[in-house]
Amino acid sequence: MAKLRTRRHRVVLSRSIGGDAGITVLLVLLGLFMFLPMVYVVANSFKPLDELWMFPPRFFVYHPTFDNFKSLFVLMNTSWVPFSRYIFNTVFISVVGTFGNLACGSLAAYALSKIMFPGRKWIFKTIRLSLMFHKTVTAITNFIIMSALHLVDTYWAIIIPAWGSTLGLYLMKQFMETNISDAVLESARLDGATELRTFWTIAMPMVKPAWLTLIIYSFQDLWNSGSSIYVYSEQLKSFNYAIGQITAGGIKRAGASAASTVIMMAVPIAVFVISQSNIIETMGSSGMKD
Amino acid sequence: MSQKSAVKAVSRKDMTRAQWTWKEMKRNWIGYAFIAPFCFIFLLFTVCPVLVSIVVSFTDFNLLQVPNFVFLDNYIRLFLDDDIFLIAIKNTFVFAAIVGPASYLMSFMVAWFINELEPRVRAIVTLIFYAPSISGSVYLIWGTLFSGDSYGWVNGWLLKFGLIDTEIQFFQNAKYVMPLCIVVALWTSLGTAFLSFIAGLQGIDRSLYEAGAVDGVRNRWQELWYITLPSMKPQLMFGAIMAITGSFGFGGVVDALCGNPSVDYCAWTIMHHLHDYGGARFEVGYSSTIAVVLFAIMVGANSLVKKLLNGIGK
Repeated sequence: MAKLRTRRHRVVLSRSIGGDAGITVLLVLLGLFMFLPMVYVVANSFKPLDELWMFPPRFFVYHPTFDNFKSLFVLMNTSWVPFSRYIFNTVFISVVGTFGNLACGSLAAYALSKIMFPGRKWIFKTIRLSLMFHKTVTAITNFIIMSALHLVDTYWAIIIPAWGSTLGLYLMKQFMETNISDAVLESARLDGATELRTFWTIAMPMVKPAWLTLIIYSFQDLWNSGSSIYVYSEQLKSFNYAIGQITAGGIKRAGASAASTVIMMAVPIAVFVISQSNIIETMGSSGMKD
Repeated sequence: MSQKSAVKAVSRKDMTRAQWTWKEMKRNWIGYAFIAPFCFIFLLFTVCPVLVSIVVSFTDFNLLQVPNFVFLDNYIRLFLDDDIFLIAIKNTFVFAAIVGPASYLMSFMVAWFINELEPRVRAIVTLIFYAPSISGSVYLIWGTLFSGDSYGWVNGWLLKFGLIDTEIQFFQNAKYVMPLCIVVALWTSLGTAFLSFIAGLQGIDRSLYEAGAVDGVRNRWQELWYITLPSMKPQLMFGAIMAITGSFGFGGVVDALCGNPSVDYCAWTIMHHLHDYGGARFEVGYSSTIAVVLFAIMVGANSLVKKLLNGIGK
């Protein structure tokens, strides 16, 4: 879009070279700031021990090796709780939590955007308000509620609150509002389709980017969940928590900890790479009016 | 909503507002059924805790004894008798006041810079900027880069070039802790707001720019102020909420890098204070007071920024 042409004016809008250069330089600098630490993590995970502990330290790896990943797996096998258990915990929590969030969230989003029941504006305002504060605010009181419900120290203490998370729901509601025409729904209703059927066969296929986005947000959140105040049994803790323990092992573990970080970050990044265009499409309607 | 329906239904006139609402509720009962599962969980784990916190903040509840109503005692203690809380509130504001606007500006600037790139290049650049915010505990790498021994990358090179004689204990020195935590927080902060801006910029109608050019918009800065910003106000609003909420809630970064508590409480935030009293000392009444204050600050900051953003392009 460097130059815009219209019929009457030959070159209407041009970009100054100075501006272009300035922006490029700034973008490259910011990009390096963001990117280099990530490179360093990956480089570290492939460094043999003598390269990890050399002076002066090197940024890049000279003799890449898989030793760190191997020693990570050895460590995993010798830990008190088998490592596969931590992985199972994280996968279980992520999958069940995400599925529930999708089910509750998309039904609610559909109702809020397409069914004109009294009170929906009020409910949506409350949901929007919930985006404005961080969940640590409610952590302590939640603990009391969970212990009253006997949820403390179970998977459900993490899974069930995730079903009620609001960001994915908010994005989906906004997306449904702009991308599903009421006329289509109305004609389905006139044909005698039940509301549930309309929702499932007509609305949901039309908002694929939105539910993909909800899935990814929910999954990322649960995948990265570390230690939680609601869970204290070692057998129920997450993969992320276990990695923290390896990192805390100090000098001897430096290589294994870099390797585990790489494994940990690979999953969300891979998911984002696959789904990027869908997420961006959903974000197109994320805006907040008034 | 009742005004809107009035056009459709003639019989609206014959009914009182309550009757009409009741009729609408019955007609759309399925809406309540759809939203019920979500609402139940949302009420139980989000709305309820906030309300309970507000009530409990006026008591001396400690999980063991029957709570007594103590009126404003907790609030008075918090603001007048608790020195560490005053440090916490100062740190929280410093963090939020720097990280919030900086991450917001950075998100917008980067999104705007890459808007005119080719789609494929844009996707890669987006990934580079977005990746740190979704990679879990990858920010621990900053602990390695700034590690306090000579194997830390920064210390290593500073020593090598003779700029320092002994290693700097970056995470144990009050002078460096705050700036470093701010940098790390910024590094992980290009999240949802950033994606929302990218999408918002992509969604702006191209013909607006052409029309603007005809009307005398001469350079990209004028274009930004008169066309781009006003067109994506809803995204700017949403992004602000994401950025502010994020900037108040990153105590975890501090814990992981500098230990808990940090040296001389120099990076102690309200969030830490909350966990200290609620999680470690079981002073639920007092910690609820802290939670209520934090809640008020977050919602207040959000409303304020919303008002400010409404002035864009006017």
